[in-house]
Amino acid sequence: MPEPKQPEKLIDDKGIRIDGRRLDQLRPIKLEVGILDKADGSAYIEQGKNKILVGVYGPREAHPKHISLPDRAVLRCRYRMAPFSVDERKNPAPSRREMELSKVIRESLESVVLTDLYPRTTIDVFIEVLQSDGGSRCAGITAASLALADAGIPMRELVAACAVGKIQGHMALDLSDAEDKYGEADLPVAWVPNANLVTLLQMDGILTTDEFEKGLTMALDACKTIHGMQQEALKKKYLVIKEVAEEREETEVVA
Amino acid sequence: MSFTPQLPPVAKLEQKTVVDLVANGKRIDDRPADSYRPLTIQVGLIEKANGSAQVHLGKSKVLVGVKVETGTPFPDTPDEGVLTVNAELGPLASPLFETGPPSEQAIELARVIDRGIRESKAVDMKSLVLLKGKKVQVVFVDIYILDHDGNLIDAASIAALAALASVKMLKAELKGDEVVYKPGLHPLPLNNHPVAVTFAKVGKTIVVDPVLEEEQVMNARLTVTIEKNGNICAMQKGGLSGFTQDELKTVVHLAVQKAAENRAKILAAAKG
Repeated sequence: MPEPKQPEKLIDDKGIRIDGRRLDQLRPIKLEVGILDKADGSAYIEQGKNKILVGVYGPREAHPKHISLPDRAVLRCRYRMAPFSVDERKNPAPSRREMELSKVIRESLESVVLTDLYPRTTIDVFIEVLQSDGGSRCAGITAASLALADAGIPMRELVAACAVGKIQGHMALDLSDAEDKYGEADLPVAWVPNANLVTLLQMDGILTTDEFEKGLTMALDACKTIHGMQQEALKKKYLVIKEVAEEREETEVVA
Repeated sequence: MSFTPQLPPVAKLEQKTVVDLVANGKRIDDRPADSYRPLTIQVGLIEKANGSAQVHLGKSKVLVGVKVETGTPFPDTPDEGVLTVNAELGPLASPLFETGPPSEQAIELARVIDRGIRESKAVDMKSLVLLKGKKVQVVFVDIYILDHDGNLIDAASIAALAALASVKMLKAELKGDEVVYKPGLHPLPLNNHPVAVTFAKVGKTIVVDPVLEEEQVMNARLTVTIEKNGNICAMQKGGLSGFTQDELKTVVHLAVQKAAENRAKILAAAKG
């Protein structure tokens, strides 16, 4: 696909962005839980044009064995972009970027998973970016924590993630691909709400300390919203299952 | 694939000592929470490199060599030179390091240093173009870790900036199809001076420039890279836990101050 041309302006005179959003507005988010058959847990997220699938396996026997830890489960994470997920085909060999993101995404999830319940095992998180549209690491984290929950792995809470950035001198929430590319800064954040901990924080571009503080507040507010959506997505699957089970119980009693 | 690393066995007693000391406003090497270990910077040790710097940060030792060569630009940036940063965590530097392809720690280190230099536009990339889209000068920044006693990111960042600032290179020109060099040696045009400042959260306390013992018990790590005007140009959080919003605000302001102190030392050393 040819690369889209650089837009003349990222924000118009009325303060509206190229995709019609206000500065503090998220892109539409769609979350689904439990959509893979074989994985122990899975989730799918669409955020703007991002389409990301996450599968979780485990706790399962560590392989190779020497990576296992005697007092906790090993969390393994792979962030991967499909060759067709971007404008120009991505080489399928793992890039340095993917390796770095796999690491920071894993570190963003470590503190919520109760790994000490499953010593000598691994919990594997596979994040496949089917289509990428800016902010894919954050969308990946949002979906990954849902997939972990869907796998029934005990967790302290869900992790929500969202990026903010700077475009045309203004702090803006949830940058799209073009905004990330032609903007001045990108600040991805992952947040664990009840523990009040930022577990992923990266930044590139130029920000003053004031802009950083403002951006961080915007990102955390958005994480709160996304956290609510995550809970709804889980309820959507599991409340239905609960209702079906209760109905069945009732009919059994009658019979 | 990234997996939870196996930390070297540290005796519970030692872990407790490090954490307790920090909680009481002290540190295992007798420093205040907001001060760096002694820093020495030597430039020009490697005559065959265009620029080089060796940094001792306490007992951590890092050597950075810069080579400038001619090559081809990336297709998406035909009017810019090329900058590549690579890091080697060789097995001589620590029992924790092994031979083989670069570990994720090495990749992260290189990419964090790269981000600081690239995003602050430190190297004047336009000045490296010989023939648009065809021939440019390529700047290789190679980070060699020689001794690992904690906070490799800051040691490498300081060494990389000192090495870049001390570059003496031939100025290339294109005559017809051939690259010819002007006589004499010239510095690499630098527009900015990014400096990384790394913090570790040990227990509930945040310390700057963590020593290895502190890194082994820390909950989380944060690197803030500050450019010459006191703005942030790169950040990276590491470690298994995280920071609160208030902690982040405090840390960023401290980073601005510490970066300025280190930047003065680096530029003084590079002038030699």
